[in-house]
Amino acid sequence: MKEQNDRKDVARLSRREFLKAAGGGLIVLFSWQGLPAQEGRPRAAAELPDNFNAFLSIQADGRVRLFTGKIEMGQGIVTSLAQMLAEEIEVELEAIDMVMGDTDLCPFDNGTFGSLSTRFFGVPMRQAAAEARGVLLEMAAKRLGVPAEQLMVKSGTVMDKTDTGHRITYADLVRGRRIENRLFPKPPVKSAAALSIIGKSPLRKDGIEKVTGRALYAGDIRLPGMLYAKILRPPAHGARLKHVDVSPVRSVPEARVVREGDFVAVLHAQPDAAEKALSMIKAQWEVPRDHRNPATIYDHLLKKAPEGDIVSQGGDMGAGEMETNTIHEGTYYDHYMAHAPVEPHTATVRIAGGRVTIWPSSQRPFGAKEEVAQALSLSADKVHVVSPFVGGGFGGKSPNRQVVEAARLAKLTGKPVHVQWSRAEEFFYDTFRPAAIVKIRSGTDGRGKVVFWDYDAYFCGPRGAEQFYTIPYHREVSHGPYNGIPGAHPFGTGPWRAPGANINAFARESHLDTMAAKAGVDPLQFRLKHLDDPRLMRVLKAAAEKFGWKGLPSPSGRGQGIACAVDAGARVATIAEVEVDKESGKVRVKRLVHAQDMGLVINPEGARMQMEGGLTMGLGYALTEEVRFDGGRILDINFDTYEIPRFSWLPRIDTILIDNPDVGAQGGGEPPIICVGASIGNAIFDGTGARLFDLPMSPERVKKALAKP
Amino acid sequence: MVEPVEFFLNGKSVKLPVDGERRLLWVLRTDLGLTGTKYGCGEGVCGACTVLVDGKAVRSCQMPVSEARGKKILTIEGLAENGKLHPLQKAFLERGAFQCGYCTPGMIVNAYGLLLDNPEPTEKEIIEAMDDNLCRCGAYVRIIQAIGIAAAELRKRGGRT
Repeated sequence: MKEQNDRKDVARLSRREFLKAAGGGLIVLFSWQGLPAQEGRPRAAAELPDNFNAFLSIQADGRVRLFTGKIEMGQGIVTSLAQMLAEEIEVELEAIDMVMGDTDLCPFDNGTFGSLSTRFFGVPMRQAAAEARGVLLEMAAKRLGVPAEQLMVKSGTVMDKTDTGHRITYADLVRGRRIENRLFPKPPVKSAAALSIIGKSPLRKDGIEKVTGRALYAGDIRLPGMLYAKILRPPAHGARLKHVDVSPVRSVPEARVVREGDFVAVLHAQPDAAEKALSMIKAQWEVPRDHRNPATIYDHLLKKAPEGDIVSQGGDMGAGEMETNTIHEGTYYDHYMAHAPVEPHTATVRIAGGRVTIWPSSQRPFGAKEEVAQALSLSADKVHVVSPFVGGGFGGKSPNRQVVEAARLAKLTGKPVHVQWSRAEEFFYDTFRPAAIVKIRSGTDGRGKVVFWDYDAYFCGPRGAEQFYTIPYHREVSHGPYNGIPGAHPFGTGPWRAPGANINAFARESHLDTMAAKAGVDPLQFRLKHLDDPRLMRVLKAAAEKFGWKGLPSPSGRGQGIACAVDAGARVATIAEVEVDKESGKVRVKRLVHAQDMGLVINPEGARMQMEGGLTMGLGYALTEEVRFDGGRILDINFDTYEIPRFSWLPRIDTILIDNPDVGAQGGGEPPIICVGASIGNAIFDGTGARLFDLPMSPERVKKALAKP
Repeated sequence: MVEPVEFFLNGKSVKLPVDGERRLLWVLRTDLGLTGTKYGCGEGVCGACTVLVDGKAVRSCQMPVSEARGKKILTIEGLAENGKLHPLQKAFLERGAFQCGYCTPGMIVNAYGLLLDNPEPTEKEIIEAMDDNLCRCGAYVRIIQAIGIAAAELRKRGGRT
């Protein structure tokens, strides 16, 4: 059991302590408290420190640490950000140590979401690395007595080009100190042609830990004296606790009950004992009447909808309608969907010596720090968040409710506390992808060209509503954000992988497909005719070529559908081929071909993993995923009824990655999912002539659509 | 009722006083400190807690620890030998058959159970055997490939799975 004991010891240490124990002793250089810019910084995502020391440090042994407020939840930045740093500062990839989501050590970060990590952290971090390399070269020039132009760097060693034996390592130059020199102006980053680590696909840096079970997640932190907490939950959102009897818990040895108003918890040294004890509590709740259910929610939302904001527009809509020959109307619906990461929300919190240390499963470690400081009435500098690996997020781990719960309980009990939600709690408190509505009124002229496009999106947010087709008269309006407005939804809603973009793409691409069919034109050609974005046209053509697209107008009876989108700086096109069982309404996706231009590709295999993962996850929102509810009651509470994609659903998947270094690195994790619903909907139409207007396209809805005359 | 329960865990004999009704998952994770086996759903429908019991894949969140008495339990921590990755782990690593990694121990252990039972599975058999293990990140394509690669590697060695 030696190995296990060692592991427990490591888990007991904070990340900072761990880094100290792991060697180097360099962490003392990063005394963040001394930097005025750290606290109270405006919460702008783009604002990162100007000083390269905030991003990286050269340790006494020559290893290089990368500091990022981003967390690793599967998207692979633990490797790709390291590649960007290794490339620019010129050390081996293996010499990079990642420090992620540690609020004491890393620069402020708003959160890991929006396919922003590479675009808005990686790019400035790479710039910082280029400056650090320039400073190191200057230092080496002085030490070696040669002009900097005469020097080259290889694997962290600076050498004289004319005499490569005349050399000095970064470690010897820096000797574990902070680098005070700066360069003005900052040197440029390497040109695309000079890249040797960016553009390669090394093994993931988190790989060995993850395949051996050694990777630590929030639920794997073990602290001496730690208690596991189980919290009393209401049967419905909005319910009030009328009466509670905790006395039966007395029969459970060593169980502790804590109560603060409606907040009632049982704590025990064993998680299962805490759960058992919780089930013995007798509680009476007052559940408010709430008539919102899947049948009434859309009328309710439309009544609640705010005036809205223009996302994009062009031309005079009145004049546009005059030029219109045929009007096409369609209303598209998205239902509530869960994030359902396999790791539920978890947090471990220790309060000792006036300082709070938190290990959360969170996409927003800096948010967790602020929220806990507020909940415990402490100043934020007393709170330290250390981010372990996160077991999937997809936007759902942006709220930190479980972190605040664990922190409150740690304060109330004086013990380290661990909170891990059960699957039912995970479904109950998930901030779902919102029910949303998109109404489109569009028009074609006498030659079948789209000239008019009037678009209203309700409660999904503007992402993906912006017009990219060349339509002379258009107006796109977004009514209400994805996280809702008071009184709109019976429970929390929030960002879900590419928030808004999935339903906006589904509505736009389904509607366009209908118009192409009415015009009797191949849906690919119809799209190309209405595009002038060369990157988008290129991904459409690339997907079509790989698929072997034949170019027949829909419905052709073959079950092939196409869709395209612009998202997070990327251009994507997806083609689906489906088989529809007309008896059951069940749709089987046989093939998905996806082409993606995400600019400069840092790690091609990593990008493909995100593409395959996004396409696979997309099958769920397209075909089955829908949270059923009755007012504030959540009726789907586990994977037995809430069906997420499985091995047996897999279609043949082809991914086409278009490297386009000229436009820089763009988003990659969210764009691949957004056309899955639309391409499948269009494929169902192509195969059967039935148009689906709701996501998910469940067997019942498909059968209903097939029955329509 | 707390009683001594003895079983073999990753090749070593373990004896601990424990309430026999407790689920094996929590005994592994809490009492024995083996946190590689994960909680995902608590009802045996996601596979994150999969361990092998006498060579068969079992959902440890459903199994009372008393049923482990005298049996051989294998968790993800017991798969590598002398620090050397098992071919399944190596294939998952090299193929990139994981993303967030949370379902990975259950995937690898479930696949190990499959290969013990059927060293030469077809793709269809791999999918059937793995179908109740859920991966929200959608790493399925590569997991199937990795299991195929590991199976071939094991056959090439001709040794035990």
